[in-house]
Amino acid sequence: MPDHTVWGQCDMMETVAPGAAAARPEGSRPGAVLRRAEARPIIEIDDVVKTFGAFVAVDHVSLTIREGELFALLGGSGCGKTTLLRMLAGFERPTAGRILIGGQDMTDTAPYDRPVNMMFQSYALFPHMTVEANVAFGLRQDRMPRAAIRERVREMLDLVELTPFAKRKPHHLSGGQRQRVALARSLAKHPKVLLLDEPLAALDKKLRERTQLELVGIQERVGTTFVVVTHDQEEAMTMADRVAIMDSGRIIQVDTPHALYEYPNTRFVAEFFGTVNLFEGQLVEDEPDHLLIRCDALANPVYVGHGISAREHATVWIALRPEKLAVSTTRPDAPHNWDRGIVEDIVYLGGISTYHVRLDGGALARVTTQNLERMSAPEITWDDVVYVSWRPDNVVVVTS
Amino acid sequence: MTTGSDTRARAERLWARAGGGDGGPRLTRLQRLAARFGRGAVIGVPYLWLLLFFLLPFLIVLKISFAEFRIGVPPYTPLLEWLEGGYLQIRLALGNYLFLGQDPLYISAYLSSLKVAAVSTLIALFIGYPMAYAIARASPSWRAVFLLLVILPFWTSFLIRVYAWIGILKNNGLINNALMALGLIDDPLPLLNTEISLYVGIVYSYLPFMVLPLYATLEKMDVSLIEAAADLGCRPLRVFLTVTLPLSMPGIVAGSMLVFIPAVGEFVIPDLLGGADTLMIGKVLWSEFFTNRDWPVASAVAIAMLVLLVIPIVIFQHYQQRQAERAEET
Repeated sequence: MPDHTVWGQCDMMETVAPGAAAARPEGSRPGAVLRRAEARPIIEIDDVVKTFGAFVAVDHVSLTIREGELFALLGGSGCGKTTLLRMLAGFERPTAGRILIGGQDMTDTAPYDRPVNMMFQSYALFPHMTVEANVAFGLRQDRMPRAAIRERVREMLDLVELTPFAKRKPHHLSGGQRQRVALARSLAKHPKVLLLDEPLAALDKKLRERTQLELVGIQERVGTTFVVVTHDQEEAMTMADRVAIMDSGRIIQVDTPHALYEYPNTRFVAEFFGTVNLFEGQLVEDEPDHLLIRCDALANPVYVGHGISAREHATVWIALRPEKLAVSTTRPDAPHNWDRGIVEDIVYLGGISTYHVRLDGGALARVTTQNLERMSAPEITWDDVVYVSWRPDNVVVVTS
Repeated sequence: MTTGSDTRARAERLWARAGGGDGGPRLTRLQRLAARFGRGAVIGVPYLWLLLFFLLPFLIVLKISFAEFRIGVPPYTPLLEWLEGGYLQIRLALGNYLFLGQDPLYISAYLSSLKVAAVSTLIALFIGYPMAYAIARASPSWRAVFLLLVILPFWTSFLIRVYAWIGILKNNGLINNALMALGLIDDPLPLLNTEISLYVGIVYSYLPFMVLPLYATLEKMDVSLIEAAADLGCRPLRVFLTVTLPLSMPGIVAGSMLVFIPAVGEFVIPDLLGGADTLMIGKVLWSEFFTNRDWPVASAVAIAMLVLLVIPIVIFQHYQQRQAERAEET
């Protein structure tokens, strides 16, 4: 894979959300982002539709996944993410549209002829075979010489640190070990793409968090393209280079975790990806260098430091992340971007505290602050009158 | 006042004598007794039943098998006899068993029974496996219908169903009439009282016993295992041979035993559907008992057949136990 050594200039323009043309920091894994810049597409999903009777599971989805990427399909249950993954594996045939893998049309190719492998949610380990035989299963189908199979199995078991368990049957392993056997088995054949269906769903929280990073480490070492299906927003953020957010069969937004969080293109994405305060409002001014929005729930107008070129008086929503709001007992001087309210609840989480402020207009605003000082007495407490404010460049405006 | 406290004290004394302050231990002791009795009854009644109606008759048959034929009532010699002078004579006639070994009729009857049972089991497996597989993979509503259809024949008496096959297979029966009406044949095909009719009868009668255990194992099987095998480059036939077949082995063993064991001793089907030359141990046993009236030899045949059948049952039990242990480990 030559792309690993070529570290080109990052082409970020493609993933920039509307109204967010300003330069922004790269994603959580800058190396991976840079590496991808010149990578060629490995999976091209072209206007794929899948229906089960009257139910539309996947609705005109087009998506390109690049070589070497760790890509996540994120969405709630029934959003079509698993169906999409199963179509990539070949277990379901698209009702319409095409799927290209490595530049070849594989829409109607049987699973056993595809250069992809899948890691199942249930792991689907063969209970009548040892760990070794499970990992070797795919290689045997290719009629590889015995010595080569043994070598590859050893290599894979080393990779997932399961060499001492080679002779065991799956039911003698813990959940985490089974998960690693499933990973080793699906990686053994050098697939062009590894499909992972909720790979960590069966693990408990602690183990899951550790395994997320392990999976990323393994992905970086082997360089295989990973497509992960998950319903866990945090998991997608931790692991993925890019995330596609799906809802009722459609892809809502595809971007880096950072861009999805800071530049959501819809209310749905803003709410699905992290916590957000959403206010509906009317566009009062829309100039190239600023916006002015009046929200019924907020006493003062909202000033935004860029234009969005929508029609005047259009209905828009402003999204304010809790950590980008400030709460204080002194009244700001500015003519916009603040409101007054009463502290209804304080959630203390050690590292951060979340204030639930009931604004005068009736809406609830969540504000998180970092607890940087150990000894400082909290100056804001229940039922205090407080002022919630934010900077113009921290406002996200979405039009749908 | 005094009477009131007196009564109370007396009640407390009585209570204490009855079984201690809180009454707890007494209650549990009673319950424990009831539980022990209950468990004994639940296990004991069937065992008593088996003792009375299986073990005792079996011992009687075993006893007769060591007697000799004689004309009289009963038609065999006694095992124990009081002789003059206070001697108790035990006469164990081993001749019946030796006779079974010497007369080729019995050995060939045993062998042919085993052959018929084995072939029937194989045919039932080949018909029953696809059936069970299809039912297990059908949608849940269809599954219930198919299962009902498999069990439906049990609503009618076994004997009547075997008689019905005579009507289907005989020279002017359903099949021959249909074939002749269609002009495919001029003379009726000899179907009844041949090997064909024998196998048709046995396979037909025992097919549900093959399908049901197979269905139970196939239905439990995780479909994602088959998908995983396909995903790893395995073509459908190899998926079946390397994954589905080994994992359905418990069902295959159970189904085969349930067909093989009763088929070996089958008497009704070879008698009604089999030919004159059909040699099966059940039929030999019947004619030995009712035609020849040689009770001792008939008993020996029965005991030998039982021993012959116990072996596969023991194998089956052993296999099942291993399965259960394996399931426990998971």
